[in-house]
Amino acid sequence: MLDPDRGLSLTIARVVQRLQGSSLHSQLERQARVSLHKPEIKLESLKEDIKDFLKTSGWEKKLQNAVYSELNVFPLPCHPAAPPEHIKEPLAYMRKAQGSWEKRILKSLNSMCTELNIPLAQKRPANEQKELLNKWNEMGTDEPDLSLFRPVYAPKDFLEVLMNLRNPNYENGEQPSFRNHLGLIQVPLKVKDIPELKEDFSELGLNIGQLGIDDSAQVPPEFFENEHVRVGQKVLAEQDSAAAQQYVRQGCPTALRADLWALILNVSNQPEDILYYEQLKSNVIQHNLLVDSLIYKDVKLTASNDDYYFVFEDYLYQVLLCFSRDTSVLEHFSYSSATPPKSYIQGKLGMEEYAVYYPPNGVIPFHGFSMYVAPLCFLYHEPSKLYQIFREMYVRFFFRLHSISSHPSGIVSLCLLFETLLQTHLPQLFYHLREIGAQPLRISFKWMVRAFSGYLATDQLLLLWDRILGYNSLEILAVLAAAVFAFRAVNLMEVTSLAAAEAVLADLSTLKVMPLLQIFLFATVT
Amino acid sequence: MAGKVKWVTDIEKSVLINNFEKRGWIQVAENEDWNFYWMSVQTIRNVFSVETGYRLSDDQIVNHFPNHYELTRKDLMVKNIKRYRKELEKEGSPLAEKDENGKYIYLDFVPVTFMLPADYNLFVEEFRKNPSSTWIMKPCGKAQGKGIFLINKLSQIKKWSRDSKTSSFVSQSSKEAYVISLYINNPLLIGGKKFDLRLYVLVSTYRPLRCYMYKLGFCRFCTVKYTPSTSELDNMFVHLTNVAIQKHGDDYNHIHGGKWTVSNLRLYLESTRGKEVTNKLFDEIHWIIVQSLKAVAPVMNNDKHCFECYGYDIIIDDKLKPWLIEVNASPSLTSSTANDRILKYNLINDTLNIAVPNGEIPDSKWNKSPPKEVLGNYEVLYDEEMAQSDGTDRDLRGRPGQSTGVKGSRARDSGKPVLTTWK
Repeated sequence: MLDPDRGLSLTIARVVQRLQGSSLHSQLERQARVSLHKPEIKLESLKEDIKDFLKTSGWEKKLQNAVYSELNVFPLPCHPAAPPEHIKEPLAYMRKAQGSWEKRILKSLNSMCTELNIPLAQKRPANEQKELLNKWNEMGTDEPDLSLFRPVYAPKDFLEVLMNLRNPNYENGEQPSFRNHLGLIQVPLKVKDIPELKEDFSELGLNIGQLGIDDSAQVPPEFFENEHVRVGQKVLAEQDSAAAQQYVRQGCPTALRADLWALILNVSNQPEDILYYEQLKSNVIQHNLLVDSLIYKDVKLTASNDDYYFVFEDYLYQVLLCFSRDTSVLEHFSYSSATPPKSYIQGKLGMEEYAVYYPPNGVIPFHGFSMYVAPLCFLYHEPSKLYQIFREMYVRFFFRLHSISSHPSGIVSLCLLFETLLQTHLPQLFYHLREIGAQPLRISFKWMVRAFSGYLATDQLLLLWDRILGYNSLEILAVLAAAVFAFRAVNLMEVTSLAAAEAVLADLSTLKVMPLLQIFLFATVT
Repeated sequence: MAGKVKWVTDIEKSVLINNFEKRGWIQVAENEDWNFYWMSVQTIRNVFSVETGYRLSDDQIVNHFPNHYELTRKDLMVKNIKRYRKELEKEGSPLAEKDENGKYIYLDFVPVTFMLPADYNLFVEEFRKNPSSTWIMKPCGKAQGKGIFLINKLSQIKKWSRDSKTSSFVSQSSKEAYVISLYINNPLLIGGKKFDLRLYVLVSTYRPLRCYMYKLGFCRFCTVKYTPSTSELDNMFVHLTNVAIQKHGDDYNHIHGGKWTVSNLRLYLESTRGKEVTNKLFDEIHWIIVQSLKAVAPVMNNDKHCFECYGYDIIIDDKLKPWLIEVNASPSLTSSTANDRILKYNLINDTLNIAVPNGEIPDSKWNKSPPKEVLGNYEVLYDEEMAQSDGTDRDLRGRPGQSTGVKGSRARDSGKPVLTTWK
């Protein structure tokens, strides 16, 4: 086991390495240099004075936020001698499964490419470039022929893969019994039980004010809401990421949410960020990627038909097309179990010098991918900021929802957590649904993969995502899924088929997320 | 009162008929004894016309006021509002206060409008002050976006007048009258798209004014990206948000119909612009609706057999100022999507619950004060009687569902509480 000191110094070393050479670093240096002109900086106490200056001018806070962000995103090193793939994913069988899954996806993409005789990437002719630039703000009105394209995979395909995951070191026995797991996921990962969840999510407790509960019309705002808003404004004034993350556990006031999320994700939309986005945009203009068509198709199939998000169709293209070309996203693969697919320049198959990641950001979109972006459009109407927020959300959270890993926030753990919660606390319901061929996970899987986007009303979804950010974990998705089943348990006990169960759970748009979570965690007699 | 309500309608819409049938009301023909007639605007004209009209008895109610056109015809609405403003100015009311440019601070909610042909010269004068402005020509008596076009050059009107084969403006019959309004070319865009707001307002009586606002209004989005560029002036899909027009655009979607709920709008605005300005916007919207009703109240025939459900069309500009575009007496009861059908069905349901209390045979003499429980998705927008008796302002605040909160004062831009104005 790693002793804490060594672990700490490793962490410090890594954070220093990540921040060195970043624009924040050069800004700090510049600020320090500028401060030399100030009268309060004296030569004899130079180091101390500069430190004080950076503190009072708010720059130390920015550094703090950046460090905090790094700590949140990157996992703690397990051991100095651990090879890089262990940071991606410690369990060998999971790595193998992810590898096979990736091969399948890539095969599917390549065969579509061959079938349709479309290259994976191609430079656009000049007139097409000009046309696209003109239509940049209204790509939704374009109607390319997408009928031949199909999504590379849909969530249910992924579920099939997860169902077949097995730990070769673990003897499960032939017969599933009540000692074993009755659900679809058959791998022995550790998941939390309700007492542990209650502790983790203690701020959602019954005696603590919540937005989504204590701001309803019947509750006078003096009880909780006004004070909570006041505290939120203070947090924003202080520009403290860690404080913001703690604060949003009780929900964000709608007017403060955009700024609070940006603070937590450490997104500040500096000029260089805007430039970077513009650079990505020009990449989109110059080259046409096959995944672009997949993105178009996905948006047209999902967000364009959504009551809440259809308005933002054009923003989705502007974000996702740029996202595909953003090579900085490749960084997240160092802590993701996934590996970006490689492709080869035409005619140079197998030659490593001619290998490129495809798409440039290494992420192949699947059916429903655009729904990760859609809710953010309610908060940010400036494309480059919207883009950065989405990218941060992806590399912190969303990537775990479609890759095979043992991480507690990974989709496999979420599925197991969901099934375990249901089996433990609603055993009758679970057994009944299983008997009629309606394994609960078959219904809830799509909710979790999409982080409930497109299933909940937007204001409720945003309250849910507040907590994802606040707790830096996706486990709440599994808890909510179980809470939804608990809520509709009476109706579900009456159904006799999978289709009927799906029907009972088809419409979640009227659900109020926070009361459901609170009741399930804190007010259910077990 | 054992009998069932007998109903007639000349509008064959399922959202209406289903509502009548679910109450167990009995359908009869127009020439029979009826209690409730949901009529089209043509029919109400006949009922109350001098030649063909007849007296309604105490147990009969209809869904239009006899001279609703004072509000619902574009030219008359503007005329009445202008008259109302002048009256307030004459009595020295603080509501009629003007700013340094001579614009009304609180009552400037209708875009500059002129009647054509009557005010042609006045229009030309105004046009010349801002020669780069765009104007929208609307026929007074039509709906659903029919006959509307945009102009940005004087020659375009002259062209139109030439096309309609008249040599001069003087001899236009009122049927062919047009209004020309300053086109709001800086509308608030969401997702780059232009939209307008459709809000339903039920008026049960004009004197005293009692009106209700339906909580579930919606935004109608144009399917094509908004551009103020002059080359797109002729593209009605860009500029007009009427669903009747948008439905024929290539991108019209039958699932959501290009419609957003008002609560989505509120969430979006609060998230991107802040709570105060959003509340202010919604307060202003309620304000302009009430002011428009007050403007026509004196000239309305407050026939006690009547109630009316209006469709208000409002556009918000990019400074978050709402503008009243027009009021419809017969808002469309056609449903373009499933959600739409549900909304309109509930709208009629709640309207009937207020207009025909308890679903019993109506008595036009009743005091038109429904209990709160029957309001459904309606909220009291303004109740003149209450306002006068309490001495407090009973207007609806912008926060739906919040029944608490300060009602007494209404601090406006000048910071002055205008308690007295609501009487």
